[in-house]
Amino acid sequence: MSNLLLLSIFVLIPLVMLLGLWAARTLNQVRGVMVAGSTALLIHAVYLTFAFLAAREGGNTDVMLFHDCVEWFPALHINYEVGVDGISVVMLLLSAVIVFTGTFASWKLQPLTKEYFLWFTLLSMGVFGFFITIDMFAMFMFYEIALIPMYLLIGVWGSGRKEYSAMKLTLMLMGGSAFLMMGIFGIFFGAGGNTMNILHIANHTGGATAIPLAQQCIWFPMAFVGFGVLGALFPFHTWSPDGHASAPTAVSMLHAGVLMKLGGYGCFRIAMYLLPDAAQELGWIFLILTGISVVYGAFSACVQTDLKYINAYSSVSHCGLVLFAILMLTKTSCTGAVLQMLSHGLMTALFFALIGMIYGRTHTRDIRELSGLMRIMPFLAVCYVIAGLANLGLPGLSGFVAEMTIFVGSFENTDTFHRVLTIAACTSIVITAVYILRLVGKILYGTCTNKHHLELTDATWDERFAVICLILAVAGLGMAPLWVSNVITDGVAPIVDHIQAAAHHVSTCNPFM
Amino acid sequence: MEYTLFILLLPFLSFLLLGVWGKWLSHKVAGLIGTLSLAAVTVLSYMTAWTYFTADRVGGIYETLVPYNFEWLPMGSLHFDMGIMLDPISVMMLIVISTVSLMVHIYSFGYMHGERGFQRYYAFLSLFTMSMLGLVVATNIFQMYLFWELVGVSSYLLIGFYFTTPAAIAASKKAFIVTRFADMFFLVGILIYGYYCKSFGFDFDAAGFAEGSFMLPTALVLMFIGGAGKSAMFPLHIWLPDAMEGPTPVSALIHAATMVVAGVYQIARLFPLWIQYAPESLSIVVWVGAFTAFYAAAVACAQSDIKRVLAFSTISQIAFMMVALGVCMPGHEAVIDAHGSLGYMASMFHLFTHAMFKACLFLGAGCIIHAVHSNEMSAMGGLRKYMPITHITFLISCLAIAGIPFFSGFSSKDEIITACFNYSPVVGWWMTGVAAMTAFYMFRLYFGIFWGTENKELHAHHTPHEAPLTMTLPLIVLTVITVGVGVYTTLGGFLEWGGSFGSFVTANGEDYTIHFEKQVAITSTVMAILAIALATYIYKGEKQPVADRMYAAFPRLHRWAYKRFYMDEVYQFITHRIIFARVSKPIAWFDRHIVDGFFDFLAWGTHSLSYQIRNLQSGSVQQYALVFFLGILLVVFSVLFF
Repeated sequence: MSNLLLLSIFVLIPLVMLLGLWAARTLNQVRGVMVAGSTALLIHAVYLTFAFLAAREGGNTDVMLFHDCVEWFPALHINYEVGVDGISVVMLLLSAVIVFTGTFASWKLQPLTKEYFLWFTLLSMGVFGFFITIDMFAMFMFYEIALIPMYLLIGVWGSGRKEYSAMKLTLMLMGGSAFLMMGIFGIFFGAGGNTMNILHIANHTGGATAIPLAQQCIWFPMAFVGFGVLGALFPFHTWSPDGHASAPTAVSMLHAGVLMKLGGYGCFRIAMYLLPDAAQELGWIFLILTGISVVYGAFSACVQTDLKYINAYSSVSHCGLVLFAILMLTKTSCTGAVLQMLSHGLMTALFFALIGMIYGRTHTRDIRELSGLMRIMPFLAVCYVIAGLANLGLPGLSGFVAEMTIFVGSFENTDTFHRVLTIAACTSIVITAVYILRLVGKILYGTCTNKHHLELTDATWDERFAVICLILAVAGLGMAPLWVSNVITDGVAPIVDHIQAAAHHVSTCNPFM
Repeated sequence: MEYTLFILLLPFLSFLLLGVWGKWLSHKVAGLIGTLSLAAVTVLSYMTAWTYFTADRVGGIYETLVPYNFEWLPMGSLHFDMGIMLDPISVMMLIVISTVSLMVHIYSFGYMHGERGFQRYYAFLSLFTMSMLGLVVATNIFQMYLFWELVGVSSYLLIGFYFTTPAAIAASKKAFIVTRFADMFFLVGILIYGYYCKSFGFDFDAAGFAEGSFMLPTALVLMFIGGAGKSAMFPLHIWLPDAMEGPTPVSALIHAATMVVAGVYQIARLFPLWIQYAPESLSIVVWVGAFTAFYAAAVACAQSDIKRVLAFSTISQIAFMMVALGVCMPGHEAVIDAHGSLGYMASMFHLFTHAMFKACLFLGAGCIIHAVHSNEMSAMGGLRKYMPITHITFLISCLAIAGIPFFSGFSSKDEIITACFNYSPVVGWWMTGVAAMTAFYMFRLYFGIFWGTENKELHAHHTPHEAPLTMTLPLIVLTVITVGVGVYTTLGGFLEWGGSFGSFVTANGEDYTIHFEKQVAITSTVMAILAIALATYIYKGEKQPVADRMYAAFPRLHRWAYKRFYMDEVYQFITHRIIFARVSKPIAWFDRHIVDGFFDFLAWGTHSLSYQIRNLQSGSVQQYALVFFLGILLVVFSVLFF
């Protein structure tokens, strides 16, 4: 299989699925297309992982494997250029798992099932495209493809104040895109305007030149904030509670599970990798912001009463930790950041899936109206506890692995500034325990006070399937993290080396150091 | 020693089996699976201990064996390993954990008979046992932390076993959050330790610390805070009394014998570092321990719920172990020898004996609660004729905890007090006093349950009866251990036999012959007997005039002690009034109204601005002409004048 095809399949399968959905006439045909397509994506992602490992085993030490390039728009040096490293491989795997389980989580969605899945598939195409390309412009394009369907998915199939939330989410993310676009063009022209290829710009090859520090300091905040909005960077996170609360189950899953990871991935791959000097110089500002995200999100989650709000704020805290770890700029912490993306993606998807299933039965997400669900829907309740424990970092589940790697990595920085922030971030493990246990104690334990809830039934087969898949993934990552961690470190190392090299000729303007 | 892997694997498998398929198994089968796997673990643990302690010593000490150690998660230059390490203390802990756990498994057959969620109960017990065993055989501090968290969550799940009772929900939550709070310090300690030692391992010779650096003492003290949380040291003890909401066998296993001594074990594990790099900081351990021992003993004197009395007694006894670890003899700093670090041996010895007799006391309390369906002493009294086996075993365990010769508690407590006297007479007398208080409140409890006034009204409905064999058998086994160890070590201590506890576990691994300081032994025995006599005088009779007069004389003191000196209220205030009301709520408000308000304001601003500009597109030709004309004027003037 040629490299181009190997990676492009991730975009081609959703395209074929779109055609299939368009042609589908009955509900079963729609489901058939979705199951076939998402299974194919999952299988291909697993295949790619093994192919990647085999290539590395075979001694291929290129930064990007399976690299290929098709000229697309030569006048502006835009190419369709694909390639993957360790980070993108695991992100593709994550996306495939979420899309696969998301399909089952929206099995019974009504109405307009076909249209819903059309947008859903388009969104996943954008996500996959984003992770396989290494051309800045193509990445940006796929990024936008992933964002737009969200508006319709929330606006049409959402609940509560869905129009408001859809508008808010889209506008804020589009605002971020505007910054991002300026940042990308800044990088493109700053590097000589000859190439959009990330590797070329980073290594000053292929016609790219070094970007002067003064310019970097303008484009870095733009690119970082642009992606940061999607990564729930404080104070640009407020779309997240409303957006998640209104979104239908599978959309919340996909959004928190994968789309928010685009933010962290982009910050790392574009903002920091391509503007290393500015990252060294200005990183501390964002480090403080992300440090705030971590603690602030956790505290906010403590007093929420809507299940989805709690989870959204918890995502702010956990995604804040991703950006926090990236900015700590050690190999270990960045590996931890990617692990945290994986872990957060899986467990938040699990959480949202379960919330959706509970909401679908009780028609309320207000924790004051829910109680004693353990006796009524034991399967969902037990899974909810597992998701909660993963969230608070229980060893054996994925959260622990990611958080510990981040903390140990962050602590490799010897100065007081970084250490104080690390210790501050450590407090989140306590606050997380507070809101998770409060939630679990309130809605699952105790006796059911609402007699309408007594007749509710436990999970159906499609729901069980989706949930079990996710739990297996969370537990698998939590129990045997070694190989994932190695794959990630493989991708992280060249990027961190590159950024750290800039530290030698840049002095930070951090007043706290 | 490859088979040691199964010590961890078997309970894990039974946890998975019972956790996933438990629903489809009958109670009997589920219980048998759990108990049999634990029996196998016990056999393996005893085999390990036998092989380990009969192997030849190398250079006078037992060799540390590491049958397994593999890299679990790389962390830059560091790595997070998982493995099994066998040294005297971990092997000793294997014995303690597997013995008590097996007894609790057997006991639960009777105690939990017919309970809903029986399979789940056994699944959690297996999970706990696996985690606790993993904790003690950890090859590095991070693995210890991992299992440390797992025992915490098993404890959470088991305390909240009756998840429909509000008190159990609150207690499980509290236990988890308080220990998690302490664990945060433990984690930071690990981070510092890992960074400066360049390893998480327990290979202290390779530790990369410079002498006199303050980082290692800081790390050790932070880890001690973590240990203090698990081991319920003041002021982090508040979760333990509430944890009694769980089923009683769980209290015996987790909250008396094994998990709560994890903090003690942690310090013992890091003991070489404490002695070598932070001998001064050890005094923190001493003072925290000494205060907690007294505080808990004082509270125990006033409680009326029998499980609460036992819980505070546990806190007090663990504090004894802590103090013992803290008192290394002055002048022996930086050198670990069996004599100067007598406290180490004493602490581990007390850990061992305490686990046995306290588990027995708790299981006995379980039988009593089973018989009278209440935890309150007022529902009891005069039970000795209904429950002879429980009565005798309970009495023997009380004698052991009181420190009467020929019962196991005497030997270990005596060593602790000797070590304290070596450290400082103040600490020595203080701990002797607390030991006497222990004897007093334990016999207050004993007489309150088995003697005193019988609650005829309650017993009329329902005559108390002895528990079934599955429940009494563990009591008998534990009592036999208590008496056997007691007689052997007491004789051994007076006659200076070798082969006692000191031959297996000492600070540096050398053989140490336990011998009693006559003065200390006699003093503490006399004090204990006096305290028992006092308790007998006050509480044995049908009527208790002295006790009533004492309540009348010091109502406030009794009330304060009964309310545990209002520590729970302080915590309630901090968490609800400060953290929730003053931090979380304002943050959530700030987020919704200020941060989000700003973005809504932007949207509103754009909207209203557009609304205003809209008027320009009115469609009226006159207005367009006017604007057009004004525009031309503006252009012409600007060209002419600028």
